[in-house]
Amino acid sequence: MSPAAHLSPTHTLLAAGEASEHRPLIITLFAVFVAATLVITVWAGRQTKDAADFYAGGRQFTGFQNGLAVSGDYMSAASFLGIAGAIALFGYDGFLYSIGFLVAWLVALLLVAEPLRNSGRYTMGDVLAYRMRQRPVRTAAGVSTIVVSIFYLLAQMAGAGVLVSLLLGITSDGGKIGIVALVGVLMIVYVTIGGMKGTTWVQMVKAVLLIIGALLLTFLVLIKFNFNVSELLGRAADNSGKGAAFLEPGLKYGATGTSKLDFLSLGIALVLGTAGLPHILIRFYTVPTAKAARKSVLWAIGLIGVFYLMTLALGFGAAALIKPAEIIASNKAGNTAAPLLALHLGGVDSNWGAILLATISAVAFATILAVVAGLTLASSSSFAHDIYANVIKKGRATEKQEINAARYATVGIGAVSIVLGALSRDLNVAGLVALAFAVAASANLPTLLYSLFWKRFTTAGALWSIYGGLVTAVGLVLFSPVVSGAPTSMFPDVDFHWFPLENPGLISIPVGFLLGALGTLLSKEVPDAGKYAELEVRSLTGTGAH
Amino acid sequence: MATETPPPSRHSASLPSPEEFAEEQRSAEFGELRRSYRSFAFPLTLAFIAWYLLYVLLSNYAGGFMGTKVVGNINVALVLGLAQFLSTFLIAWWYARHAAAKFDPKAEAIKSRMEGGA
Repeated sequence: MSPAAHLSPTHTLLAAGEASEHRPLIITLFAVFVAATLVITVWAGRQTKDAADFYAGGRQFTGFQNGLAVSGDYMSAASFLGIAGAIALFGYDGFLYSIGFLVAWLVALLLVAEPLRNSGRYTMGDVLAYRMRQRPVRTAAGVSTIVVSIFYLLAQMAGAGVLVSLLLGITSDGGKIGIVALVGVLMIVYVTIGGMKGTTWVQMVKAVLLIIGALLLTFLVLIKFNFNVSELLGRAADNSGKGAAFLEPGLKYGATGTSKLDFLSLGIALVLGTAGLPHILIRFYTVPTAKAARKSVLWAIGLIGVFYLMTLALGFGAAALIKPAEIIASNKAGNTAAPLLALHLGGVDSNWGAILLATISAVAFATILAVVAGLTLASSSSFAHDIYANVIKKGRATEKQEINAARYATVGIGAVSIVLGALSRDLNVAGLVALAFAVAASANLPTLLYSLFWKRFTTAGALWSIYGGLVTAVGLVLFSPVVSGAPTSMFPDVDFHWFPLENPGLISIPVGFLLGALGTLLSKEVPDAGKYAELEVRSLTGTGAH
Repeated sequence: MATETPPPSRHSASLPSPEEFAEEQRSAEFGELRRSYRSFAFPLTLAFIAWYLLYVLLSNYAGGFMGTKVVGNINVALVLGLAQFLSTFLIAWWYARHAAAKFDPKAEAIKSRMEGGA
């Protein structure tokens, strides 16, 4: 993308000099949030003494607290800004995302959260490697955790750069890189100092702010339409210029047979991916029992569900109250529809408008920070616990060495994401969130489910499903329009794509499950029956849980 | 919020022996817990995934039906979308209630017997 193409939306968004006008207020609110989270981090850091504190926040959070933190960990900028924006521009099709994101929690609730809490300790790898040969499976689990988290992280970092640049009217390359670096440094500080305890509190605060912000906007939208939802929808359809089609599926995904298949592929990855996301899974270790883990998921389902219902009001509200051209001019993907809606609800030229815009922008910033902290923690934990302590040190690392390794890994992963985030600041990396879900569903979920429930499953099966699912998902995306060959690609000027879909899940998820089964059935390896007895009894009863 | 126990030692001290786990896995009591959990969670998972896929397929390939107006500007697509939310809430609530009534007492009995006897 040429620099000019990137500048013009910024210029139009908060046109009329709004950006510079609102800048002091937005920066003040950002600074207040950052200061508050740093205080929390230092406080949490003082209480972080051993590995259980660093990795699992001491395992003393309640189900409700963890439910809030899980919601804060899960509702990324893609959920808040992305879904509201997609609804504002594409109507009903934007809503399809949130349904997959929500239903997915049932997989976590019914099959994963409780057994994982009962039998694991700090990472997803604990459960995957439980009855397998430790070193190869730990390595695979670590690789997959780090790959999923980095993809997700990169999408969030790039989003933060674009969003904050737009909201603050920063257009220079140096300014954008500075914002990516600031986000990166903050997440390193949260995780190295505060560990899981600090991260959890930051996520809880963020979840509360996000829900209050969304409630406020939803309420203001509904007041405008006298709480008449049908009228809101009607006005959105009229104002969008698309009429009744705006309220029906198809505007975004219905164009061709390929795009429909793409949506099916995305839908499957969303619903099966959540329960394989490492940064979500490690949250279940922060509560004392499997019952509390269950309670966390129940709260998360309630909070996330209500939040996604509110994004309907935000998205259709933006569509009804703002001209589509204005939304697109501000950001082509509609990512600034929610902040714009805040400005319009308060009154474009009024102080209320400025205050609302600043508040919602600060909430969006908080959202990104809490999610990136969770992702960094997941990947550095897995590096330290799975790869350093159990592969490199073969289980002989001291607790202190392990935590230090996690802290160094945090700095390393943070530095890598700052560099990648800065390099990709002008690339379209939105597709990476979907890729993270696809890898989680293709590599992690099959291995988790087989490990927990299939007696015969072996080390070979685990390696086949993790690496097979991972390589298939990433490989297909590499040769898809996400990376090359389309105007919206990361590299629009080259074309080496041959896979027609942007979402690999339709192929890679069955491949992951199939390879896990084949690897098991074709190898001569005898499964460790004693270890499976241990895992099965522990996972279902909580005997000997940490 | 400090941990009360020194983390690594606790588990190694109270974890039952491999023989005890193997014996427990073969026991009728554990078999009953496994059966009641699996016979509830597995079919329910298949059911809600099928219901979700049905919704995705309808959105993709039954545009006309989804566009049918129900009340005012509210169409079948919106009603079915909201039905996914409702079914998710209901299944979560049902699972939690069922687990508390059927799985937890069995699991706790086995856990306290195994940990007590270790």
